[in-house]
Amino acid sequence: MEVLLGLVFGIIFGSILTLAKVIRYEKQVSAVLFKDMTIIKFMFSAVLVGSIGITVLYQMGLIELNLKPLALGGIIIGGILFGLGWSLTGYCPGTSLAALAEGRIHAIFAVMGMIFGSLIFANFYSYLKPLINFGNMGKLTIYQALNVSPFVIILILAIFALGLFYFFEKKRI
Amino acid sequence: MIMKEKSLNPYVGGALIGLLAIALAYLSSILIGETKFFGTSTTFAKMSGMIQNLFFSSSSNEYFNRITLRIDWQFMFVIGIFLGSLITSLITGSFKIELVPPIFKERFGDNFLLRATLAFIGGIFVALGARLADGCPSGHGLSGMMQLSLSSLLAVIVFFTSAIIFANLIYRR
Repeated sequence: MEVLLGLVFGIIFGSILTLAKVIRYEKQVSAVLFKDMTIIKFMFSAVLVGSIGITVLYQMGLIELNLKPLALGGIIIGGILFGLGWSLTGYCPGTSLAALAEGRIHAIFAVMGMIFGSLIFANFYSYLKPLINFGNMGKLTIYQALNVSPFVIILILAIFALGLFYFFEKKRI
Repeated sequence: MIMKEKSLNPYVGGALIGLLAIALAYLSSILIGETKFFGTSTTFAKMSGMIQNLFFSSSSNEYFNRITLRIDWQFMFVIGIFLGSLITSLITGSFKIELVPPIFKERFGDNFLLRATLAFIGGIFVALGARLADGCPSGHGLSGMMQLSLSSLLAVIVFFTSAIIFANLIYRR
């Protein structure tokens, strides 16, 4: 069941990303060059809709959350390396495989690099652990940290996102 | 006038991904008793471990033991993304064999070997970064943000800030 669920949701997920063209190299690079904000519109819309449903289901006790710990060392160093790699390849892990499937042959080298990079990480894991766990503050939500209702955060997120959308549409990017 | 390819509106596409995440969280909780969220990058680490085990029997690798090298939910989700993109792009006709992507061509010329090299090197940094930060734009950017996770908010801010700086250094002249 677990395997079937993964496959079905993956196919739908991949299809939506492909239809919206957010898997393209040019969309990803253009977003960080502020020329075409398609992926930003896409991600914020997904987060906005998703966060409402996830929060309501969680408050009703129907689902669990699966948070990653706030480990400052790992997130900051890893995030910087990720940004460098992302701007070079023009793909993140999910979109690299989707782009390859859409015939973008060069994405296979991004996929191979990601597998090789993971191999390096796994074999140096014991040395990297202190760096990853530097400044580990545990699993926290934004609303727990600020001690407010999650819906306050969603509201702030919505205002921020709608402001951005308005700005992007006005600038036609 | 340039012919514009038809694509799914990014706000609609994003909202659909948000709904898909809610459906996944709910269905996985009912069907397999564990709430699942989107994620892709750990699967690349699993693939690297599977490849390594073909050549060396490295059952003692701490990181591979931690993530376990079995075909799990996320592994099938990633395969599904590939299949979904392949099927969709063949149906809509967006499937196209491409050796060098457009923006890359403008900046570096029509050099497939250079694109392959940079995609591979970038892929290594993407994987190292995603593993150190414990997530990528799927795991942190979509799933973590939908759960209003503090670590994901930080990760997304660092991912984008770093990519904006590096992409402008790489692509702007």
